[in-house]
Amino acid sequence: MKKVKKSPVSILYSALIFLFLYAPIAVLIVYSFNANKSRGSWGGFSLKWYQSLFEDGAIMRSLYTTLSVALIASLVSMVMGTLAALGMYYSRRKVRRLLNNVSSLPLVNPDIVTGISLLLLFTFLGFKLGYVSLLLSHIAFCVPYVITSVAPRLYQMDRSLFEAALDLGATPSQAFFKVVLPEIMPGVVTGALLAFTISLDDFVVSFFTAGGGVSTLSMTVYSMTRKGVKPEINAISAIMFVSVLLLLILINLRSSREAKKQKQVRR
Amino acid sequence: MKKFRYASLPFAVYALIFILAPLILIVFYSFAGPNGGLTLEHYKAFFNFEDPVYLQVLWRSIKVAAVSTLICLALGYPMAYILSKMRPGLRDTMVFLFVLPMWMNFLLRTYAWMTLLERTGLINTLLGKLGLGPLDLMYTQGAVILGNVYNFLPFMILPIYNVLVKIDSSVVEAAQDLGANRFVVFRKVIFPLSLPGVISGVSMTFMPAVSTFIISRLLGGGQQALIGDIIENQFKVVGNWGLGSAMSVALMVLILAAMNVARKYEDENAGGNVLL
Amino acid sequence: MISLVLALAMLLGLAAGCANDDGKQTLNVYNWGDYIGEDVIEKFEDQFDCKVNYEMFEQNEDMYTKLKTVKGTYDVVIPSDYMIERMIREDMLAELNLDNIPNLQYISDYCLNRDFDPGNKYSVPYMWGTVGIIYNTTMTDGPITAWADLWDPKYEKNFFMMNSVRDSMGVALIVCGYDMNSRDEAQIEEAKEKLMEQKPLVLAYTGDEVKDKMIAGEAAMAVCYSGDAITMIEQNEDLNYVIPVEGSNLWFDNMCILKDAPNKELAEQFINFMCSEEIAAENREYINYSTPQSQVLENLPDEIKNDPVQYPDAETLERCQIYKDLGDMAGKYDEFWTRIIVN
Repeated sequence: MKKVKKSPVSILYSALIFLFLYAPIAVLIVYSFNANKSRGSWGGFSLKWYQSLFEDGAIMRSLYTTLSVALIASLVSMVMGTLAALGMYYSRRKVRRLLNNVSSLPLVNPDIVTGISLLLLFTFLGFKLGYVSLLLSHIAFCVPYVITSVAPRLYQMDRSLFEAALDLGATPSQAFFKVVLPEIMPGVVTGALLAFTISLDDFVVSFFTAGGGVSTLSMTVYSMTRKGVKPEINAISAIMFVSVLLLLILINLRSSREAKKQKQVRR
Repeated sequence: MKKFRYASLPFAVYALIFILAPLILIVFYSFAGPNGGLTLEHYKAFFNFEDPVYLQVLWRSIKVAAVSTLICLALGYPMAYILSKMRPGLRDTMVFLFVLPMWMNFLLRTYAWMTLLERTGLINTLLGKLGLGPLDLMYTQGAVILGNVYNFLPFMILPIYNVLVKIDSSVVEAAQDLGANRFVVFRKVIFPLSLPGVISGVSMTFMPAVSTFIISRLLGGGQQALIGDIIENQFKVVGNWGLGSAMSVALMVLILAAMNVARKYEDENAGGNVLL
Repeated sequence: MISLVLALAMLLGLAAGCANDDGKQTLNVYNWGDYIGEDVIEKFEDQFDCKVNYEMFEQNEDMYTKLKTVKGTYDVVIPSDYMIERMIREDMLAELNLDNIPNLQYISDYCLNRDFDPGNKYSVPYMWGTVGIIYNTTMTDGPITAWADLWDPKYEKNFFMMNSVRDSMGVALIVCGYDMNSRDEAQIEEAKEKLMEQKPLVLAYTGDEVKDKMIAGEAAMAVCYSGDAITMIEQNEDLNYVIPVEGSNLWFDNMCILKDAPNKELAEQFINFMCSEEIAAENREYINYSTPQSQVLENLPDEIKNDPVQYPDAETLERCQIYKDLGDMAGKYDEFWTRIIVN
């Protein structure tokens, strides 16, 4: 297109879609400062819901669980996924296809099927549902995200770089750490960040695979909504929104191109 | 470097245990009879055409998901188009802003609508001040569709945008030089070229919408049970794993088949895979 | 490669470490949502130097299914009468050593030795109550008295039913003129049809969230438990609770110990602790259900003791029945209930 279009219609339209996406979140954030518990009326500015949020043992424990699961799952996935992508890159076509298909299963399968299948696995093995089962499940659906963000980097890499390093006398591991890894690093980091956010956001898989009093933030929010109005939920929303904003800015600063391509992969 | 092949081994083992085995187990349970034998009983219960109670739920889920997807498409396509026409700097910021709500916890987003739609919620309170209402907004199929649209709209906008932004402007210019007006250019050039993005967006909206149980639970109030609700209910409340597994397998097959068709179409038309 | 496996193992070990608390005894309690005094768990942890994993369920049925799925996880569960009967039948509960629960002496006779657990070999009463209708006097035409009002088209989309098999099917069975514990397939079928007929009138099938909805005035009526009714009435004086004339359900939620409980001893201490005057009073104060603890009851002000919602008179209780284990008919109830939600 020769000129950038800025018709009033398209500005209005964008504004409306924008309003649709942000209004509910904005309402929650505003209510998080409402001294009144009721949603119908404004009782003045207050931080009391934030205070009771931080004093609520169950919420804080679930926050800790969520963060630690997301952190460990994304780190493990980062290592395992990068290695997998590397191995697949050097594998025969058939093996590569097979692994690719398997790793895309958690991406295309509905969450509820993934969650239930893991529940069946743990029950079948007699494995106690709890923190470890939750973590293992999160790793299972996080690794594929790392693979899908590392793989394109490998294909963009000049294959002869690695051989050149070997020719110059580097050991394979030296060649890997000094030559290959720096090349694919942006994909590795994006993949890990992606895995981290996906893990944070997950509800369905956790819902089926956690147990024994272990609960993620999403699960706690779910049980709170089942009990009715809890203004603390508004406070969590506000905090989540700000954290996500910061996290996304971080991802975008790292490599805006890469991130954008991947974001559509999963909710 | 053949040695590096073995680097995928940890993942291969992990995937075997935590991705493949669980899915095999679902299939197994869907055929498992009460005394350890194999049975088709669960599938018969699900695909019972004389008493199609579960098929009706599946049909309702497909309908609700299809309507939600169409609304997302109708709202999302123009938005993606507008985005793709913005100047690059502004464009990146705008795309970022569209992505942002999508990353906020899914449950919190749905909860937000609960506080808006209730009879004593914000919308009805405001309507009441104008002397209108109250309207029954919660616990309706409309509420479930709204929840779907709200949660999955960005999944529609982004893939379409990604394709539109890559369309070579010289193609468009060539069409214009040949005398095509804007509508013809759109219909004959831009829209066909953006189809892979549309397909990708449709499958990424439809898939979570058809299998959701949270949105229907929170906004539908148990009145608008979807297939996801029934599956969850079989596993969490009723304890009939066989039937629950059979329904999961049916849902999985439906979605994998749809994705496969969508992917083939994308591959044939664009070569690139927009989804992954 | 090896170092990777080691690293993985370390991470997993770390994860497992996070889950376990430094060698203290742990007790796993599985209770209804919003059904315990706010500081009770903490007090127990302090007094017995242990850690309590406290988990909640929404209804007897999902608790039962969970127990079948995850074995050996929970110590104390608090199901209702008919579910206790079923769990005893299926050999899921451990016999209690009543010597370790001396506070049982304070439990009123009214709640003991009921049919579902004769001699209280397996369970100790926690709370009791009834099922009834809560209604908003500003939104109904005069007082509500009967279950039949839940089929009145003038309240279309203006009331909540419970998302619970027994409570909803039970109401329908009574309205059809049958026993709440009917095991006659034709009768159950008729009750199902009755609920199907009602479905277009129902605003939603709810769980615990009904409390906030009714307080906020989201609907005119709701089927609910007596204790929740008190909580609601305290916060919205337009609300009123009635045990309908056709009769209703009287229920007992008792504390039990699972056969595969990892820590039976601590579980018995927990049950005893819950029956102590101080704690029972705190629980009653918070959740508002009728207490089986006689000391607590005696010390209540007369207005509460004579409150027809919390402590209905003998005549009203006479109209109420306790749910019984349905045996092999439970599956039918589940199937019909699924059909109602699905339709």
